[in-house]
Amino acid sequence: MKIAVCAKVIPEQARRIDPETKRLDRSGEQALNPFDANAVEEALRLKGDDAHAEVVLVSLGPERSLDALRKALAMGADRVVLVSDEAAEGSDLVASSYALARALEREQADLILFGQQANDSDGAVMWAAVADRLRRPLISQVAELTVSDGALRGKRQTEFGYDVIEAPLPAVVAVSDAINEPRYPSLKGIMGAKKKPQATVSLGDLGVEPDRAGEAGSRTEVYAIGDPPARGETQRIDDDGSGAEKIVEFLLERKAL
Amino acid sequence: MSTLVFLEHHEGELQKDSLGVLGKAAQLGGDVSALIAGSGVEGLAAQAGKYGATKVYVADDPALEAPLPQPRVDVAADLVRRRGFDTVLFGATVLTADVAAGLAARLDAGLNWDLVDLAEDNGKLVGKRPALDDTVYVDVGWKSEPRLALIRTGTFEPVESGGQAEVEQVAVELEDFSTQAKMIEQAHEESEGPSIEDADVIVAGGRGLGGPENFALVEELANALGGAVAATRAVVDAGWYPYSTQVGQTGKTVAPRLYIAVGISGAIQHKVGMQGSNLIVAINKDPNAPIFEYADLGVVGDLHEIVPKLTELVRQRKAA
Repeated sequence: MKIAVCAKVIPEQARRIDPETKRLDRSGEQALNPFDANAVEEALRLKGDDAHAEVVLVSLGPERSLDALRKALAMGADRVVLVSDEAAEGSDLVASSYALARALEREQADLILFGQQANDSDGAVMWAAVADRLRRPLISQVAELTVSDGALRGKRQTEFGYDVIEAPLPAVVAVSDAINEPRYPSLKGIMGAKKKPQATVSLGDLGVEPDRAGEAGSRTEVYAIGDPPARGETQRIDDDGSGAEKIVEFLLERKAL
Repeated sequence: MSTLVFLEHHEGELQKDSLGVLGKAAQLGGDVSALIAGSGVEGLAAQAGKYGATKVYVADDPALEAPLPQPRVDVAADLVRRRGFDTVLFGATVLTADVAAGLAARLDAGLNWDLVDLAEDNGKLVGKRPALDDTVYVDVGWKSEPRLALIRTGTFEPVESGGQAEVEQVAVELEDFSTQAKMIEQAHEESEGPSIEDADVIVAGGRGLGGPENFALVEELANALGGAVAATRAVVDAGWYPYSTQVGQTGKTVAPRLYIAVGISGAIQHKVGMQGSNLIVAINKDPNAPIFEYADLGVVGDLHEIVPKLTELVRQRKAA
């Protein structure tokens, strides 16, 4: 079985949007999106000790993302394909999902895994766009996953409880962060990660047309960056035995009771 | 504007959030239509008219019975192509997020997510999106049509306009790959009272409760207030309370009229899920808990003392 894990490299401390480009400031230390570590862990668990199984990381980002992706290699993934191209900078969902789908088409994986969300953009939808482009069945928010006989069964968390959904492979799955506890890379893993195959491909290599990438290929834009609405004053009291009464008074005063 | 609002429903009821988005669309003006996809859902169409839709498209087919996203993408894409809507809006849920993103790919359309407001500015539609743990608010837009948007849970209240909608059945033609995922089982958690998406009042419990048995304190207070019970990531992970009640970055985002946080330290991951609440009251024994920085009223003290007393006082008030 071949499993592709879509992994995103994000700034370790995303604290600023560049007022010039209106994009997230991606300078500074880079890290693997923590939610993607759950997808890597699940891929490694499914691979088990099957010598014929392969876990490949597919990512979109600048060349220096490779440093952070090595963490996933150190956990046990087999190789990396990084789509890296200046022309891809500023891609939105439509443009990113197109490039990612093109890279995934080349891999022909049986199972494509995503983490629950991107910690930098709070995006939690990429898988659905990619699944549509690849014309593959999709299950998201999966808290338990089993694969057997060319099909998978996923337990999806919803607002109302749980759904159990089955789909034939090849398929796309987005895992919930409740699915597992990602392992820490071992020293041996860290040492071995550098030697694992790490391929960088350009948009041209994937046949992505220039007008479908970056800002040209994006359909959304950012106009302005502002401050959040201010909250009113906060007050804090120490409970001297009348805490409950004070809460009731406060709720009555604010007409919340 | 010609707007299509995708309406989600559950157990024979249109979701409150979907109706809130419908009301916002009606307020923005232009033609406002709604899409209801499911099996045996025609009866829901009249309700959509009451909340602002002038036309309701109903896709009624057994293949749409299970709440799975891909068949809904087929239906919505077909409808948007045929009717040429310039805007498609969704109240965000686990299901609709997947429908919206699939539709974006299918139509090569821009999707902005997690919006907490929508406004028209000189003919341009502008969405408001909190970013970086809600520390900044970004004005976002679209470079082409249709413009797709997912609206954050609890953003818009439904407004009953009492109108009537024309109902049109739409043909359901599905792609092969869209029907490959099959629903095997649905397990719904039974809960009394309103769901946390619909509740005006939420009482939430965190690790400070000390153990799952103490959730009874939270449940009783919620019950007295006619509210719903929510939980933090930490206690859901510990198995004290179900995931469907989890508020925060990896759970739900809620914005009730009143949010009472019991034994919750209020780290940023929790804050992003509830800071849109109109009024926040926090009870915690740790005076340095971050929640006191943004709670409208913070009480430093023992929740085991305060909460039962508060429940009793609320009950007395309601009975009076």
